[in-house]
Amino acid sequence: MAIWLTKDSKVIVQGMTGSEGSKHTRRMLAAGTNVVGGVNPRKAGQSVDFDGTALPVFASVADAMKETGADVTVIFVPPQFTKGAVIEAIDAGIELAVVITEGVPVHDTAAFWAYNVAKGEQTRIIGPNCPGIASPGASNAGIIPADITGSGRIGLVSKSGTLTYQMMYELRDIGFSTCVGIGGDPIIGTTHIDALAAFEADPDTDAIVMIGEIGGDAEERAAEFIKANVTKPVVGYIAGFTAPPGKTMGHAGAIISGSAGTADAKKAALEAVGVKVGKTPTETARLMREIMSAS
Amino acid sequence: MDLYEYQGRDLFERHGLPVLAGGVATTPEEARAIAERLGGRVVVKAQVKVGGRGKAGGVKLAEGAEETVARATDILGMDIKGHTVHKVMITVTADVAEEYYFSYLLDRANRTFLCIASVAGGMDIEQVAAETPDKVVKAPIDAVKGVDEAKAREIVTAAGFPAEVADQVVEVAVGLWQAFVAEDATLVEVNPLAKTRDGKLLLLDAKVSLDENAAFRHPDHEGLVDQAAVDPLEQAAKEKDLNYVKLDGEVGIIGNGAGLVMSTLDVVAYAGERHGNVKPANFLDIGGGASAAVMANGLEIVLTDPSVRSVFVNVFGGITACDEVANGIVQALALLEQRGEKVTKPLVVRLDGNKAEAGRAILDGANNPLIERVDTMDGAAERAAELAAAGV
Repeated sequence: MAIWLTKDSKVIVQGMTGSEGSKHTRRMLAAGTNVVGGVNPRKAGQSVDFDGTALPVFASVADAMKETGADVTVIFVPPQFTKGAVIEAIDAGIELAVVITEGVPVHDTAAFWAYNVAKGEQTRIIGPNCPGIASPGASNAGIIPADITGSGRIGLVSKSGTLTYQMMYELRDIGFSTCVGIGGDPIIGTTHIDALAAFEADPDTDAIVMIGEIGGDAEERAAEFIKANVTKPVVGYIAGFTAPPGKTMGHAGAIISGSAGTADAKKAALEAVGVKVGKTPTETARLMREIMSAS
Repeated sequence: MDLYEYQGRDLFERHGLPVLAGGVATTPEEARAIAERLGGRVVVKAQVKVGGRGKAGGVKLAEGAEETVARATDILGMDIKGHTVHKVMITVTADVAEEYYFSYLLDRANRTFLCIASVAGGMDIEQVAAETPDKVVKAPIDAVKGVDEAKAREIVTAAGFPAEVADQVVEVAVGLWQAFVAEDATLVEVNPLAKTRDGKLLLLDAKVSLDENAAFRHPDHEGLVDQAAVDPLEQAAKEKDLNYVKLDGEVGIIGNGAGLVMSTLDVVAYAGERHGNVKPANFLDIGGGASAAVMANGLEIVLTDPSVRSVFVNVFGGITACDEVANGIVQALALLEQRGEKVTKPLVVRLDGNKAEAGRAILDGANNPLIERVDTMDGAAERAAELAAAGV
């Protein structure tokens, strides 16, 4: 088992025929993901060969679901079409939509999120601007490299892609149940709290690494949630202790406004509820290693 | 992107919102022309992206063209909290009876937008919220439904706007929301929203932030960038599609992925505490799947910064292949040498992940005494800080 993505997940790719989409479809297949097709209304009815695996292209998410039983979509379409692609996936009632696209206007994300809420949140949205979700050894939906680590009993949730990879690498000898990259945008479909709740409920996860960064107050809210709801050990890491206020550090959401959103405030909030916070990724991994070897 | 007040005023005017007649000047002579056009009494306001300019003497009244020139001369070039004044906005004056507050902004926590409104305007809204929270209304806005007349009236009633201005505030609330959406803003703040003695509503200040991710549907927003205020290195990086932020330290930083680069800045700053207090000189994210050419561009930008004394290249290859990164480093150094730019700054390189072994072999094979390979992130940060401190 794992959270949200398992070996039984049937994955489709919106934007499969584009350059990023096709590159990563090939990688997902190589990682053992059960990719069952793609969506592109202009190429519906065709099929695309991926090293011997022919994947059908459907006109819509709804068609693809009907024909293949798909329950996960990975979205690689350009920013100007992302809102439409996500709304299509929501309308089709798919369980999980992983939005990889970077550079989506925040009004578009706010709009598809509000639309999802109005529809009763039938669809879990991860992202946008995220590396996706990987359950090592079972399935991989997105762009997280599959060869860093194998399966194990640590759950990982992170705002950042490469820090996700770094942490997977540091703890590769222990392994992970699921790694979720929730993305660095100001509005995201799945939060630290959502992932913490799912890992808490997952019988195959023993401990959780949570990686945050400057901006917003998601980590502070996660700390409150941990205090009330999480019994499994959590280790934290926050990037951006030395970032100057007012400057956007790469991620659209990573900006310190006034005194809010600083790494120190986030670290203090987490430590106040008993979460050990590492100063560097390596120290964070060491803290997790201590927990796993004690249990 | 945060706009200057005059840009916000212009934006409000384009969307049919009531603002004061005015213009912007970069010289006293331009100020004179505007004052002559407007006639009578005007207000001259320093254009800086920082609060507290009134207290700093950056806002002055002037009677007629001559006085306007004098006030503009005083204010242009003034330093307000580290910001030099390059422009002044000149508007006619308003006879203000009451000051209110109105804004729309992004509410990250609730994944939607928020309207904040108050009849206690003209001062810091956070202070009003802290001292008299019942005077501040915070209304969530559904991103799909937006603000129509009914929603606007709900906000106006909740905030307790006086009956005689209620209809006008409703109109402004709807118009401001339309501008907020049409321009892909993440903040529009009006403080004060003023009622004049003859009962008219006016937007007397404008604080606007625009979403840079939405630039593809707003070609006109490019023109709002203050080129003079852009750091030349940041400009050069932007032209090469690199995500670069200039900082004030000595260790040049190149990495892949925003989170890893932010983390690298921290690790270098910690190491710097043990080595002459050196700090990161920049943030530079070469992004996912970076090629040798991208690496070479990045290295060139960082090495151009005169305050850089050592460079730390920290790459975890996910999609990015470390052999490409290594080739980029070797090529960039060769390219700079060819141009006659002698590279003397040491590079500490840490490569892990996708094709790390191949990348390390390329670096070792290059046999360049400037390149030093360290295999852990913490160790490499330590070494880069040490080299920067030694280069003082």
